[in-house]
Amino acid sequence: MELRGTKLSNDEFLNKVLSVTYYPELDYAWATGVAITKFLNGLKEGVIYGTKCNECSRVVCPPRMFCEECHTPMNEYVELPQTGIINTFSLAYIRTDATRRDKAEIPAVIDIDGTTISPSGFLHLINEDTPHDKVKVNAKVKAVWKSPEERKGDITDIKYFDIMED
Amino acid sequence: MKGKKVGMVSVGLTKFMRRAKETPKELAYYSAKMALDNAGITRKDVDGVIIGSAPDAFDGVHQKHEYLTDGSGGFNLPTMRGYVGGGTGVFSPIQGWYSVASGMNDVVLITTEEKMSTIQPSAQAGFLTIFDNMIERNLGPNLVWIFALEMKRYMEKHGIPKEHIASVSVKNKGNALDHPSAMLGQKLTIEQVMNSEVLADPVHLLDISPVADGAVSFVMMSEDKIKEFGIPLDQVAWVDGVGWNVDTTIWTNRDLYYPKYVEKAAKQAYNMAGQKDHSPETLRKWLSFAEPYDPFNYKELHHLEGLQLFGKGEAPRAAFEGVTARDSDFPVTPSGGLLGVGNPIAAAAGMKAAEVYLQLTGQAGKRQIPKDVTRGLAQAWGDLMQVGTVLVMKGGQVQ
Repeated sequence: MELRGTKLSNDEFLNKVLSVTYYPELDYAWATGVAITKFLNGLKEGVIYGTKCNECSRVVCPPRMFCEECHTPMNEYVELPQTGIINTFSLAYIRTDATRRDKAEIPAVIDIDGTTISPSGFLHLINEDTPHDKVKVNAKVKAVWKSPEERKGDITDIKYFDIMED
Repeated sequence: MKGKKVGMVSVGLTKFMRRAKETPKELAYYSAKMALDNAGITRKDVDGVIIGSAPDAFDGVHQKHEYLTDGSGGFNLPTMRGYVGGGTGVFSPIQGWYSVASGMNDVVLITTEEKMSTIQPSAQAGFLTIFDNMIERNLGPNLVWIFALEMKRYMEKHGIPKEHIASVSVKNKGNALDHPSAMLGQKLTIEQVMNSEVLADPVHLLDISPVADGAVSFVMMSEDKIKEFGIPLDQVAWVDGVGWNVDTTIWTNRDLYYPKYVEKAAKQAYNMAGQKDHSPETLRKWLSFAEPYDPFNYKELHHLEGLQLFGKGEAPRAAFEGVTARDSDFPVTPSGGLLGVGNPIAAAAGMKAAEVYLQLTGQAGKRQIPKDVTRGLAQAWGDLMQVGTVLVMKGGQVQ
């Protein structure tokens, strides 16, 4: 049986056939909740917080209000070291909007020291001026902060992570 | 297997393309009508409709299951939409199975549809809405990042050479040359894949499936209805086992090298089918072929391991050595997959489930696997890297 569907080229779509356009303007402001508020306020003060579960004793980062394993409260906040290891990373030449950049950004999962499962940490960036041959899985890294005046309680209060020399 | 015996009796597909003239509703109509025609029934015979489609953000039309209802044949019927991101296309026939197995419906029409070309200038801005809204979006992520992070972890853990992964793009895009829906069937070399543009190392352009528009539909029925309509058993694929599983969304607290949720979903499906031995050698004999989800080339391999069809870290070499070619011992993605046929999200995984049906009923044309096929598996994956959906079907005359 013949398969149906009519293919339009970019030129046909943009210049030769009808389309109706719409530009949504939607603004959102999310309350950051119990645990992430604590985490983001910590970043503002230059501190990385995790939480400990009283039931299974796991120390995890980012902090949560409840343990997803035990489904019980997780309300003991723990100040963690500002160091960790690269669990995985990428040399990314593509931005959010799919446009290209010449110099790579280096997103990485940072496995924060002091947590008791591996990995446990968050998505962040490695200093993009780091020579690419120094960026390796399991490399030790430390947080580099914005100045206290610039910090506002956001994940970007940490500028990036720098590779620690041995 | 609990509940009533359920068979898939027909499929319908549109062409997959970067930009369709047709609206989502019109695409859904094409595939739904074709599935009904192929089953020899009409909408009047249908007593339940299932719609699968991924984020509304692509369409700019919220609650698009309502919008899709007419095209999918669902108005004035018990109609529902299930949505588990990229896992949707295999989840929809699973929903078809349980709505018939439970005795609620006897004849269901299932449509998976996606139109990704509406969002301008690319689908990436829509994908951003699935990232964590508190501590990830402000870093400016791109969906490709997260795949690059997972692929890197997988390669690093097992010491996998990139050539082995690249061979999956060559195989699947080659297989797609024989698929009538395909948008990107092509003969490629491993070198061409390796040398294509680096988007987010280790991910290159030819490691990725193309965004697309398209729709795929199915008709599923109880055994009684199959007899009543006189549908010959060589046109039937029986549902043998289903499974799905979702892991935590805190993806930075999981080791991405291995998809445990796919393992759990697969074992659920195998156990339901009465297959209790989950060793790779046994499962590769029990199943004649597999259609694992391949939005990126490494994902096919990653999923083959989660599905227990190869040991951890062993799928890449097997693929490189040709074990998973269509004419080899264990064909994987004979359809051409998302990499070759295209990736209209929910419809792409729907296409994989459809391929299992077409292979088991000998209707795959030039793609027909050149050996007896008795049982096949389709698997999809999605949400933000934490859902696995698995469907196992067997031929109409297989006990």
